[in-house]
Parts: sequence; C-alpha cells; structure tokens
Amino acid sequence: MTSATEAPKASFRLGMLIYDTRYRSITIQVIALVLLAVVLWWLRDNLVTNLADKGKDINFSFLWTRAGYDIDQQLISYTNDDTHSRALFIGLLNTLAVAFFGCILATIIGVFAGVLRLSKNWIVARLMTVYVEVFRNVPLLLWIILAYTVFTEIMPQVNDFKVTQAMIDSGTPAAASMLFDNTVAISNRGTSVPYPLLTHPLGGFEFLGIPFNFSFIAVVGLFVASIFASRGVTRRAKAVQEATGIRPVTWWKNLALIVLPTTLLFYALGLHWDVPHFNIDENGVWKGFNFVGGISIAHNFTALVIALSLYTGAYIAEAVRAGIMAVSRGQSEAAAALGLRQGRIMSLVVLPQALRVIVPPLISQYLNLTKNTTLGIAVGYLDLKGTLGGITMNQTGRELECMLLMMMIYLILSLLISAMMNVYNATTKLKER
Amino acid sequence: MKKSVFLGTLVATSLLAGFASASTLDDVKARGELICGSNTGLTGFGAPDATGQYMGFDADLCKAVAAAVLGDASKVKYVPTTGETRFTALASGEVDMLVRNSTWTFSRDNDLKLDFVAVNYYDGQGFMVRKDLGVSSAKELDGATICIQTGTTTELNLADFFKTNNINYTPVTIQDDAEGQRQFLAGACDAYTTDASGLAALRATLPSPADYVVLPEIISKEPLGPVVRHGDNQWGDIVRWTYYALVAAEEKGITKANIEEVAASTNDPEVKRMLGLEGDLGAMMGLDKEWAKRAIAANGNYGEIFEANIGASTPIGLARGLNAQWTQGGLQYAPPFR
Repeated sequence: MTSATEAPKASFRLGMLIYDTRYRSITIQVIALVLLAVVLWWLRDNLVTNLADKGKDINFSFLWTRAGYDIDQQLISYTNDDTHSRALFIGLLNTLAVAFFGCILATIIGVFAGVLRLSKNWIVARLMTVYVEVFRNVPLLLWIILAYTVFTEIMPQVNDFKVTQAMIDSGTPAAASMLFDNTVAISNRGTSVPYPLLTHPLGGFEFLGIPFNFSFIAVVGLFVASIFASRGVTRRAKAVQEATGIRPVTWWKNLALIVLPTTLLFYALGLHWDVPHFNIDENGVWKGFNFVGGISIAHNFTALVIALSLYTGAYIAEAVRAGIMAVSRGQSEAAAALGLRQGRIMSLVVLPQALRVIVPPLISQYLNLTKNTTLGIAVGYLDLKGTLGGITMNQTGRELECMLLMMMIYLILSLLISAMMNVYNATTKLKER
Repeated sequence: MKKSVFLGTLVATSLLAGFASASTLDDVKARGELICGSNTGLTGFGAPDATGQYMGFDADLCKAVAAAVLGDASKVKYVPTTGETRFTALASGEVDMLVRNSTWTFSRDNDLKLDFVAVNYYDGQGFMVRKDLGVSSAKELDGATICIQTGTTTELNLADFFKTNNINYTPVTIQDDAEGQRQFLAGACDAYTTDASGLAALRATLPSPADYVVLPEIISKEPLGPVVRHGDNQWGDIVRWTYYALVAAEEKGITKANIEEVAASTNDPEVKRMLGLEGDLGAMMGLDKEWAKRAIAANGNYGEIFEANIGASTPIGLARGLNAQWTQGGLQYAPPFR
C-alpha cells in the first residue's frame, strides 16, 4: 500500500504576497483600496478643515427658510413666501419637463433622420447627412443661445398685438395678430396658449405639497385604458387573420376607442378654454402690459427643448442608422421576396431587429439630454441648476451643500432613467431560448 | 512593489501636510500683482475699453489699492465675475478683493463670511421703461414683465416691492447685463430693474437714451462697496483706508494735479499724517509711508474718480446725490487719519 506523500505544506512567507501569483492580485487590490481610502479621507479632512477655518459648517437647514424670489415658469403653485426646498422642487419639475419633451422630440427627429439618411433619394439622404454633421459638430450651448435669440428677436413684440385708439379711428389693423382663430399668440416673450378649465372638476388633494388633481388623473387614466383597449382590438384582429387569413377592418374601432371615451369625459367635466387676450376698454382699445389668461410658455423653455432635441436627435439618428445597417441585407431582400412593400419591410422586419442595437446608445443619449438641461441657465431658464444651484446658492451662500444636493439629485435622476430604459431594453433584446 | 508602497505612502503624507496660508498682503506683494474681481462689463463702473484695459469707477479703486500696496497702479489683474460667481471667487481666494457693485447686506456679511470694508457708492434699485409705455410710477407696473439679473439682491427686493404694493409681475431671469439690455431693447420685457446707477449706465449706452425713462421709485437701499474675505483684517484695513484716503483727499482739496504741491506746502497736520510727511501711519498696516500719496496720485481723489467715470459730464451723467461729501450734504465721510 502506497500512500502519496503529501506535498510539503509551504509555510506562508511575507514575500509570497508579491511573488506568489495566488496572493499577488489580492495584494494589489488591497493596496489600491487603501490608497483610495487615504485619498478620500484626505479630501474629506481637507474640506472639513478648510470650512472650519472659514467658520463655516455643513448645514442643510437653509432649505426650510423662506426663498423670497420668484420663478417665472412653474408647474405647481409657488410664491416667494415658499421655502427653498419648494423652489428646489419647482426647479426639478422644470428640469423634468424639458427632459421629457426633449427626449420625445429627439427620438422622433432621430428616428426620421436616421431612416432618411439611408434613403435612396440622393437629396433627402444628403440633407440628413448635413443635419447630423452640422448639429453634432457645433457646441450645444451655441444652439441653445441661437434658438433663444431667434425667438426673442424675430417674433413680434407684445405691443404690436395691441389695438390702440388711433388704429380704431383710422381703421388699420394691429401690426401683429394671433394665430388659430385668435387663440394662440406668439410674441417675443413667449407663446400664449389657451388653458383648459373645467366647470365640474373632480377636486383633488395635496400630499407633501404636491397637488394631485383627480380630473387630470381620470383623463390620463381613461386615455391609457383606451389605448390598451385598442391594442386588444388589434391583437384580436391579428388572431382572426392568423386563423382565417382575412384581417378585419379595425381602424374605425381603434379611432372610436381612443377618441370617444376621453371626449365624453371632457364633456362631462365641462371643459372650456381660458383663451389669452388683452383687457379691452369700452372703446375697444387694448389695455395692459401683456396678455391675460391662458398659459404663457416662455421662449427659454421652447428654445431649450428645440435646441436639445435637435442636437441629441443628430446623435440618435446615427444610432438608428447604425442599428438599421446592422440588420443584414438578406433580411430586407427576403421580405421583399415575400412581396412586402418598402414601408412594411422597415416597420415589420428591419426596425424590430434594429432596436436591439439602437436602444443601448439611446439610453445614454437620454441621459445626456437630461444632464444637458443644466445649460438652460444660459437663457435664464430656472431649472434645478437655476433655482438650487443658482439663486438659492447665491442667496444663502451654501455652495457646498447646494452642489452636493444637486449632484445627488442628478445622479438619482440618471439612474432612474437608465433603470427604466433597461427594462425597455430587456423587452427588445434578442431572446435566446 | 515595496518601493511603490513606500512611494505611495510618501505621496499621501506629503499631500496631508496641509497648506499654511500666508496673509493676502504677503500674497499680493509676492505676486507683484493685485487680483481684483470686477464686473463682466458695466459701463462707467468696470468695463474693458477698446484695448481690453478695465476702466471705470470700481476699477479705479483697484488701481488705487495696487498703487498703495505695490507702488504701481497698473499692476492689477481684473477677473470678470458674474453676479453668481463673484462671492465664490472671493471666498476661494481666486481674487484678492471684489469691487463689483456688490450690495452690503447682513447675511452676506455674516453668513457668507465676507467683509464689506466701505461703501464707495450709495445706490438704490430702480426701474427703467420705454417712454411710450406711458408709465410714470413703478406702482403702475401691475402685470408687467420685468427683466432681472439672477443671483442678486434685486430679485428679492423686486419680489418684496410687488408684494408690499399688492401687484403682480412676471420675472424674466437673465444672466448678465448685456443679455438684459438685449432683451429689454427687443421688448421682451416691459421694465428692466437693477441699481439706479446701473440703469443710468445702461441708458447711456442705448442708441436713443431719450426714449427711455428711469422711474422715480427707488425701492431699496443698495450700499455698494469693495469686499474682502472675512478674517484677514489687515488686508481689509488696507482696502478700507485706501478708499478713505481718496475720500479724505477730496475733502481736503488734494487732487491728482496738485498732490506734490500740497505735500510740499501743507500745514494741515492731518494731511501731513496722511501723506506720510509726519508720523508713520502706513507702517501700522504693513505699508510704507507714502501709500496714500500714491493711491491719490493714481487716479485722483474720490470726487475726481466719480466725475471722470460716472459724473455729470460723462454720458452716464449721475449726480453726486448721496455720494457727495458729508460737508455737501452727502454720506461720504472719511474717519480721521490719526
């Protein structure tokens, strides 16, 4: 009976931490970790010591003091008597508004430009190339300022809309007139649009200062439900088509399902519009400084959304083009051989496969757009950077606190967007079985 | 690896060694240059001329301090700051002093850890509108759109004024004076509000100043003055007393032109002390004897600086008003040089 002699148990020596490959990687990682900790500790210590030298501390209590300043664009009510934290929230909502509309518009522009750039029509394809190259290669800040300047310089002044006594006497019309049957006015201050009012609102409540409007929730909920219902109709039509080969006509059912319930609800709630207008005296002379009624959408918002979406749209167009080109030509040729038309090949065969390639870069473009909203400060748009990182920081002098808070909020925002888009990505990506 | 661990520790410890900060005066002397936080461009107060050299009422105070400390009024580097960046620039040590139409308020003095060492211009916030708007009082501005520079005390004053008078307005926030001017001229706002001196400066640069009026209401007290970091009292004293030397010079009739003559012939003991002919006031704050003489010789006394940059003979055309000497019914009053 032979027994293998056990390998001599090597006693652990200090040198093995470096010369033994089993330990070396751990050693390096531990050293790197210690160095990182030392640097972080030094930064923190430096900060605390320097603040203490200046007699300052880290204190967030300023958030609950009166803000004292006004914000021109606000989605929920705010007055200068509210706190800095409320102003922060208003700014955050403004950031989200720009990011929301910007992402939608950028996606639409990007998909169209990306598809058209591959068009066989020479002029269309070249035009899209020019669009993509021009927008990608000029700094975003310049586009924002350009869009804003164009709006404020070329649109008529508010005074030009006014009808004066002299105009009535001589029978001349005002220099500028409102659009769409006198309901929308685009002046160099902003776009005044009608505001929806309800005769029988459903009421609402406030939670933590955030208003919840039942009428709004009901309308949105009903609309979403209608969309789901119409998708159900489409699914049924598909099943019938697969079973019998004949596709039932669905367009009028879908249209009725989407439009009718919401319209009926609006009618029941008594929807009417508060149209922007001027106060008019008994002689018909327009009085006052500005339009009253309606909602005024300031040009800094419009300019920011347009510039951001055109700029980001150029990048999305490239992602879309890359996605389409990643789908092998054989796919579209096969589809053509089956007799599908060009438009259907794109929507049924190419785009669904291209989405797998498009969605991951799309996520980072959405994140870029959201973070780039901070450039709105250049046109005086009071987003989170404008309120918390601008006026609040300036009035309270709490630079460090404001910056930390702002970085944290943008981080959370980006992570949320990224999480939502990852869920969507999971639905489009190649499902391997 | 042992060697790199050693080096790493060495680097870490040397980083931890901390900085011993010298006083601002030593810094300025060692650098041979005064770094002055200035406006990005406000005609008459601090704006670069055609050659890029900063000129104006505030810039002249920087020059006077440079003359007092370094002996050469041209040894000033101007760092343009916006309403939002100015205090951070000062607190972080990027600039030695800030002379940029900054209002002295309680919270800035205490909470921001800054020291307002003097008031070189007593101002107040006003409104400018187009004449054809037919407005004669700020109280008639109910419903108006008002352009306002963000990050300033004017925002808070504006909110308070409209609240007090129970009227409404729409603010249009802007980043700097140039943008405010563009918006106001384009008619994007009915009124522009800032310090009355700033309005006068803006009006002077407009193509047709007569079409615009500054409304009579002054809705706030805006004492504007040079600012230094809290805690370096010696440097604060230097800036404060350089400024007072200019004020006292006007009171005593010492001008840029006659300063040598006065120094040679004066019998006034206070003038002698100030100009370093008697005693050694300069040494008490770490300067030489002739500091005040050089400061006054740089651009003249307070009155001369006022008249040359923003006075009645300039396009800005501001009256002395509250900024006259106390002997003339104003508020400019230098403590005794003793």
